[in-house]
Amino acid sequence: MSDNTNQDNGTNTDRRELLKGLATVPVFGLFLANLWRKMRRDALKKSNLLADLFQEKSSPAIISSQSDSRHLNLGIIGYGGRGSHLVRGAGFATKGWTDSASENARKNSLDKGFKTFMQQEDLNVSLIGVCDLFDVRADQGIDASRNEVRPGGKPLESAIRYRYHEELLKNDDIDAVIIATPDHWHAQIAMDAANAGKHVYCEKGLTRTFDEAIDLYDTVQKTGIAFQLGHQNRQVEANEKAKAIIKQGLLGDINLVELATNRNSPWGAWVWDIHPEGNSKTIDWDTFQKPAPNKIKFGEEALKRFFRWRCWYDYGTGLSGDLLSHDFDAINQIMGLGIPKYASSSGGIYFYKDGRDVPDVWNATFEYPEKDLTVLYSATLSSNDPRGNRIMGHDATMQMGGQSGGGSVHGFIVKADPESTRYKERLESGIINSQYPIYTYSPGSKQIDGVTSATSRYFANKGLLYTYREGKRVDPTHLHVKDWLDAIRSGGQPRCNIEVALHEAVACHMATESYLQGRKIEWDPKNRRLV
Amino acid sequence: MKQFEKGSYNLDYSTYQLSGLVVLRVLIGWHFLYEGIAKLLNPYWSSAAYLLDSKWLLSGLAKIIVSDPVLLSISDYVNMWGLTLVGASLLLGLFSQYTALIGMGFVILYYLFAPPFLGLEFSKPGEGSYLIVNKNLIEACALWVIYSFPTSHIIGLDRFFSNPESN
Repeated sequence: MSDNTNQDNGTNTDRRELLKGLATVPVFGLFLANLWRKMRRDALKKSNLLADLFQEKSSPAIISSQSDSRHLNLGIIGYGGRGSHLVRGAGFATKGWTDSASENARKNSLDKGFKTFMQQEDLNVSLIGVCDLFDVRADQGIDASRNEVRPGGKPLESAIRYRYHEELLKNDDIDAVIIATPDHWHAQIAMDAANAGKHVYCEKGLTRTFDEAIDLYDTVQKTGIAFQLGHQNRQVEANEKAKAIIKQGLLGDINLVELATNRNSPWGAWVWDIHPEGNSKTIDWDTFQKPAPNKIKFGEEALKRFFRWRCWYDYGTGLSGDLLSHDFDAINQIMGLGIPKYASSSGGIYFYKDGRDVPDVWNATFEYPEKDLTVLYSATLSSNDPRGNRIMGHDATMQMGGQSGGGSVHGFIVKADPESTRYKERLESGIINSQYPIYTYSPGSKQIDGVTSATSRYFANKGLLYTYREGKRVDPTHLHVKDWLDAIRSGGQPRCNIEVALHEAVACHMATESYLQGRKIEWDPKNRRLV
Repeated sequence: MKQFEKGSYNLDYSTYQLSGLVVLRVLIGWHFLYEGIAKLLNPYWSSAAYLLDSKWLLSGLAKIIVSDPVLLSISDYVNMWGLTLVGASLLLGLFSQYTALIGMGFVILYYLFAPPFLGLEFSKPGEGSYLIVNKNLIEACALWVIYSFPTSHIIGLDRFFSNPESN
């Protein structure tokens, strides 16, 4: 009896031991059950959201390479700020640049400029001609052509300096030219190059005037060269994603697009440094102003105009050719808009009263009656508040970054409209909440998700400086130059070819003319003229 | 009242005290476990975003980690699996005393990478209002309590590994 009691006690003790040891295991079970429920809920939510919305998944574009096939010789005409960036995109940087970039990388491990440059694909090209009207910059171009610190190592050849573009174009060894002069020289040089059989990469805006744009278009068509306009946004993955989403009708009917430029610094307003070595001996001022409608003698004013040319209609078109052109081309890439029927614009010189004649606050409206669409562009050079670009549909709005202007690479979010017809049931049943994005594209984190957290929303809005290819950060300018070289080698046309270049040019010139003439401008597609 | 021995500790817990300590351990375990699993389940998760926003003492270290892909992926794995394992350990009461210390290390690091000090601005909006003390600091202290007042040898799987005579 007493044995039994002991046994019972022993069993009870064992059981108690076991229960105490396993006491929290049911909590673990509860955790797993709830985890399972949460995962199922998220999966269901995602499939409900995405099932009929997205056909394409998140796979990044893969770049094909033509670089092995044929060595090409390049010339650069206009080796200034942008020109040097383009030449870097082709794989050539000055010793000064590689030294300071590698120094920056040493000082700040997050500064990837040098690494990104050195990891660029070797495009199998040589830079053999440099043409610039300012001696200092021409020398820098030559220096870049020789610098051995580059992807692919020691260059095969170094460049010769040419004073006039006509001389450079006479060099039969040059296959293709990059034109990064001020806008007033674009048309003449590009047409001369095309007629000389050279392929052309031309910086935006395409031309200074509407007539030049038509002439250049005809010349490129006639000669059949590979022509690339310098809108590197064409290489940005976010734009291609946005295009796919809009094509699928996710936004519903789109009747309004808002584009914005917001800058607030002298540099952003083209008050660029006047080079201390710039003088009548080092600058060929007469050649510089040859195509400009108004000519002045060399002096202090001329120096200002030489280095800050974007501030005058004699050499460019201000906000229109510099910044609207980028945003217009991006939206044309995404939505395939083409040339608008009507354009009107207004603005003024409200902040930078420094002798410029282009406005620093400027707004333009483009009408596409056949597409039931208005495109609004609003620019200020005296506020940095990032408005971003918005594509506003009846069912959803796409907000592209919080940054605009110069080819910025950014993510975007799509939010359903609370009054949407398409999402009505899903909004009512709570599957979609109009306060949270239904689609987020954030290139840094590759966050492509139907169930979006506050964090990813925040990062989608933050804007990133690089585009991504196969998980690697790449400078879109490099991709854009490469796209052009690939087209030359394969005999095709690059992404920002003369057709879409004409859309950009005509749209921008319509807006510019509207400002200058103080009236609404109409595009007559039959006779290819502005009415 | 019972007498418990564990290592150098010689602790008396009332039932109330024991219950409170076990509940605290289980809740923190649950929190860690889900933080870890949520990261494991999200193929896009990376510690980069958090590190990039780091301020104060460890911001230099954060920069070094983010700029090196190998270090970054180590940081990601350590976080995902560390949180998951520490969480499961605390919840189930297996080796809890050691993992409480590891867990404490984690949250102290989170605290130090982004301390809510005067004058430091973080671009990621916080979910509450904090001045010097935030929930990370409190959770670190709670883990200190769990380490100092072990319970897993009474309630938890550690019971099967400890000497039953002393329990």
